[in-house]
Amino acid sequence: MDLSDSVLDHLRHVAALPDLSGTRYEMESEIGRGGMGVVYAARDLQLDRRVALKVLDAALADEARLIARLEHPAIVPVYETGILPDGRAFYAMKLVSGVRLDHYLDGAPSLAERLRVIRRAGEALAFAHTRGVIHRDLKPQNVMVGEFGEVYVMDWGVEAVAGTPAFRAPDARLDQRSDIYALGALLRFMLPASPPPALRAIAAKAMNPDPAARYADATALLADIERFQEGQAVDAWAEPLWHRLRRFASRNAVLLWLLAAYAGVKLLLFFLRLF
Amino acid sequence: MNKIVVGLVFGLILGAIDGATAWFYPEARSLMGGILVGSSIKGMIVGLSSGWFARKVESTKWGVVVGAVLGLVFAYLVAAMQHEHYLEIMLPGFVTGAIIGFLTQAVGAKPATSSAAR
Repeated sequence: MDLSDSVLDHLRHVAALPDLSGTRYEMESEIGRGGMGVVYAARDLQLDRRVALKVLDAALADEARLIARLEHPAIVPVYETGILPDGRAFYAMKLVSGVRLDHYLDGAPSLAERLRVIRRAGEALAFAHTRGVIHRDLKPQNVMVGEFGEVYVMDWGVEAVAGTPAFRAPDARLDQRSDIYALGALLRFMLPASPPPALRAIAAKAMNPDPAARYADATALLADIERFQEGQAVDAWAEPLWHRLRRFASRNAVLLWLLAAYAGVKLLLFFLRLF
Repeated sequence: MNKIVVGLVFGLILGAIDGATAWFYPEARSLMGGILVGSSIKGMIVGLSSGWFARKVESTKWGVVVGAVLGLVFAYLVAAMQHEHYLEIMLPGFVTGAIIGFLTQAVGAKPATSSAAR
């Protein structure tokens, strides 16, 4: 009996489903797949809650243990790691309800909102770097914004994929500086069509082809974004004098108006005397 | 530097500058010494009061309003002593007070607890 292609595809799909017998999880559906594994929605039968299950090759079991060590508000919490009966590794994590960053911009968020997301992602990166963990594949598809505005950075430490072209540093090394490059590319991705020159400069510095010319760490990049948001000069941009004066005037608008009012009053009184 | 000291310093400086502008009035030049001292003291009193207010209430808007009112009141008292030049003294005094009020809000160490007015 010949089987149709669609039936064969279905059989292959079913055969590839992970064997969850012996675990506390019940398969629901596949929700995504990448180079390193497949993510499924599942139900934790013990706690009666939905979770995300990522199934990887056994050789990548270390990835799960790596992620489980990272406890940060912007890193998806891992509930459990283990080995399935079929020998594949898995980890169960929080099922994030939200949108990926590449779709998040469809909602036309404000610049402040975009920078908030970047800062949250950068903070996760900075934290992971202090724990000796490199992301290696930071890109909009690996950042999610939850339904309450929370930001999650996902798919950590995936060495084999080693970056996505638009977000991959040109140098061959995979270290903190390559993550900085990717964060700069993420910032550039998030910026509106006509971004402020300071933010363009911050992204450009992070994406400098020379790793030594980039920000030394994610914290330095975030500090520059914070300076921009506070109306201060940023390290990445040698702003022209007229822009510096405009920024000064913007930050001190009230004082300048009061001084102008004083000068105006004095001039008015002086001319009133004349006439 | 706490807010009261900020008020005193800026009040002294701005009061002195305000008094010094009297030089543009020829009839006042012979009295410059007294005008400068009086204006500086007026500025310091406004600064002290604005600084005290700034320690209690963290609000640029209200800092400017309180400073302006204090500047106007003390300028009126100075003008009333001379029974003339009310406009020339009160109007700049009003604006100078507003500037002092703003500066006491913007500069200086905030106290450990203060209420922030919306």
